Amino acid sequence: MSEPVRPSPLAGSNSYVGRRVSRLAAKAAVAGRGRYTDDVTLPRLLQAAFLRSPYAHARILGFETAAAKRAPGVALVMTGRELAQLCSKPWVGTLSCFAGMKSAPQYPMAVDRACWAGEPVAIVVAETRAQAEDAAELIRVDWQELPAVADKRTALERHTPVLHAELGDNLAFRKCIEAGDVEAAFAGADLVIEENFEFGRHTGVSLEPRALLAAYDKATGKLTITTSSQCPHMIQRVFAQTLGIPDHNVQIIAPDVGGSFGLKIHSYGDEVATVAAAIKLGRPVKFIADRLESFVSDIHARENSVTARIAVNRSGEILGFDIDVLSGAGAYSQYPRTSVFEANQILTITGGPYRHKHYRARATVVYLNKAPSSQYRAVGHPIGNAIGEHLLEQAAYRLGIDPIEIRRRNVFPDDAYPAVSASGIKLKDLSHQRCLELIVERMGYQELRGEQARLRRQGIQRGIGIAAFIKGTSPGPLGYYGSGGAPISLQDACVIKLEPNGGIICAVGVTEQGQGTNTMVAQVAASALGAPIESVRVISGDTDAVPYGGGTFGSRATAIGGEAVYQAARALKSEILAIAGELLQTEPSLLDISAGVVIDAAGSRRLPLAEIGRICHFQLGELPSSRQPVLSHTRRFRLVEDLYIFANGVHGAYVEVDTDTGFVRLLQHWVVEDCGRLINPQLADEQVRGGCVQGIGGALYEHLVYDGQGQLTNGTLADYLVPMAAEMPDIDVAHVETPSSASELGAKGVGESGTGAAPAAIMNAINDALRPLNARVTSQPITPETVLRALGKI
Amino acid sequence: MSEETMPISLTVNGERVARSVPVRQHLVDFLRTELGLTGTHLGCEHGSCGACSVRVDGVLVRGCLMLAVQTDGGEVVTIEGLDATGEIADLQAAFVEHNALQCGFCTPGMLMAAAELVRAGERRTRAEIRTHLAGNFCRCTGYHAIVDAVAATLERRATGGSKRV
Repeated sequence: MSEPVRPSPLAGSNSYVGRRVSRLAAKAAVAGRGRYTDDVTLPRLLQAAFLRSPYAHARILGFETAAAKRAPGVALVMTGRELAQLCSKPWVGTLSCFAGMKSAPQYPMAVDRACWAGEPVAIVVAETRAQAEDAAELIRVDWQELPAVADKRTALERHTPVLHAELGDNLAFRKCIEAGDVEAAFAGADLVIEENFEFGRHTGVSLEPRALLAAYDKATGKLTITTSSQCPHMIQRVFAQTLGIPDHNVQIIAPDVGGSFGLKIHSYGDEVATVAAAIKLGRPVKFIADRLESFVSDIHARENSVTARIAVNRSGEILGFDIDVLSGAGAYSQYPRTSVFEANQILTITGGPYRHKHYRARATVVYLNKAPSSQYRAVGHPIGNAIGEHLLEQAAYRLGIDPIEIRRRNVFPDDAYPAVSASGIKLKDLSHQRCLELIVERMGYQELRGEQARLRRQGIQRGIGIAAFIKGTSPGPLGYYGSGGAPISLQDACVIKLEPNGGIICAVGVTEQGQGTNTMVAQVAASALGAPIESVRVISGDTDAVPYGGGTFGSRATAIGGEAVYQAARALKSEILAIAGELLQTEPSLLDISAGVVIDAAGSRRLPLAEIGRICHFQLGELPSSRQPVLSHTRRFRLVEDLYIFANGVHGAYVEVDTDTGFVRLLQHWVVEDCGRLINPQLADEQVRGGCVQGIGGALYEHLVYDGQGQLTNGTLADYLVPMAAEMPDIDVAHVETPSSASELGAKGVGESGTGAAPAAIMNAINDALRPLNARVTSQPITPETVLRALGKI
Repeated sequence: MSEETMPISLTVNGERVARSVPVRQHLVDFLRTELGLTGTHLGCEHGSCGACSVRVDGVLVRGCLMLAVQTDGGEVVTIEGLDATGEIADLQAAFVEHNALQCGFCTPGMLMAAAELVRAGERRTRAEIRTHLAGNFCRCTGYHAIVDAVAATLERRATGGSKRV
């Protein structure tokens, strides 16, 4: 049957795309009726607690567990060695797409050596968490402390101990991208600016900590895991392979997820131990990480030192960048996503908005006796953007060119696509020029500069910072994970069904963590089908109920998952119209669906979906004998050529620096974002705002401070500072909409870009404020102490 | 190590309850595990994040820093109680309308804290609202939409609008 030519269902008055639609889950949450993993309970449930290594590096000479086993309520005490015997082979966190990278085998809990303070070494399972913690305190470990590798700057030096002898040294990965003639470009430049940057280690701090409840049915061999996860199918395979259970006998259920930000896309040894305990005991076991163990066991990120320089000519044209990144990973490369992505992304995206030809970017990733690092919201982008945007803005001021103007002169023009960046990435459908002009307007840029100058004369130091960005979203299967050997699917899928009452069920592989994935799915399905949104129910986060997919990470849920929904809904619509044509004795191409009713060419209501549902399920005699209704359609979507769908935009920050105390006051923040076609403008705005504040946290407050022995010194929520309401600015968000040409839906990812770009804008604004005082900050977090040191006051 | 217990009786969301509880059990564990009131959340268990905020004898407290036995004879109100009485129905509706929550884990605590401001009934500046909510950590929203929702509710109440949206 040929598909008739109709206007896009996304554009019509019948469409929910581009509209604010409230989230059903929000109504449950405000009533206190969210259902998170810790809210789920089962008969005969047990609770797990862990004994973790107090040392950054130590050999385990022996265990004494008898007292713990005798403690009240205890059902199981299991050491790392005992757990290893229940597991298949250890994890090795390498991917073949990162040539030359190496990592040591890692067991779920330390076997004979602990390699970071916080690494699990034994699990205790008891009737209550309190009893499990009491018993864990009774375990005696005979430790032999070993020297720790805590400083990435000396990790590769000859006198530094080697963390994993079998690797030969502490090097995880090296990579260099080189394009053009960098040396000649710098030699011939009118101006070269070189700077050293420091970026502190962060962690995700989802308010709901990691949480898992495992139940194993010995009779059927079925393992059911309820857990706060972004990627149910990935961890299905990880648990299945690690514990020797067929994938298809493992059901992963992700109920409401209380924040994730990338930290819940990973596999964690304590979670494997919990599942293994449930299998061994034949009783359900729950593990809820407490905040203190979250700080030492959740994924870490961002620890990088960078030396970078920019070459420009007199008119501000960028001739080249030359950057050298030293990245501090943890004790192992995180399985299966690795610990080298952050460095890789820095090399890829630095200077990404701009046309420059001579580019050299090197990265060295080293192992340290610290918690493993890996992907966390906006991987690499906060660092790459901060480097490139700082250097460009410093060049602008040195040349007497306005920071907006220097960007106008260097960005890829909006009509230049497709284009390839100096780092070699393919760019298309971007809009730097329109975004720059729009942010000038939104900020009232000229007036703001006037206000800044007036206040400066009164001794008030305010700064304006700009940051243009690109953001890699929605990774394709040709790039890294699956093609590198990881059990991570980069396609995603939707099964859509018409029910007898005319209701629509959408089951999707992408997942919901509060960003509104399920609402997006309902909007796209309802629009593509012509059904009222109230008739659509979305199922996600249950491997027994949804088609296989990668889940939600890398800002992919809407651009990849949404397109699968769109295509599945179009297929269902085609079948419905074919059936309607048979029932109405009409050519299907003359029919359409609007507000849940099949209409004819004149727009007359002919047949409600409920009637088609009823006939196709209960009154099949009304159909021609040749017609067997299916009314369930699956479509999958992946990028076929591109590694990513790039989004772009510009941030503006306005700050005031108190030069006596070093405190930075955030006055206002602006974002112009191009995330392609907007499905739900309100939800997109809120992704941008939340992302910005997470970026601001990293720029100003967040820092996991390790001492020279590899001990985390501020692992509490009282000591690790996160952004709170009182310090945060209002954030103005505006959009330019350049639909992605990679899909019919035209969406790009929006979840991470705020986190990626805000630190650059904030650092530029602070440096603009400090400029008259000849001070400059290039270390994040930019604490009051950092500012006062830059001013020479301490 | 012994699990010493103590009998307590109190009012929770208007209902009388009597239980024997471990003396070391904090209020939120009691509410969640003994009473099944899972709307109150634990984010840090050291008084920093505000997710566990509940009302005890009319005062907003960190439920993780209070032992269950300390509420003996007292009156506890949780998010489920506020939802049932309709005291903040307008605030809840404003949170949904402004999308002032994403994952929703901080939301019960945030609403308990904002309820105090709403109960006082005065208009507040955005800065004052931010200061009032400064003890409640939200990792998702960036706070802007939360301030929008609270400001809109205060405005509606101040202009004599219906308490229920």
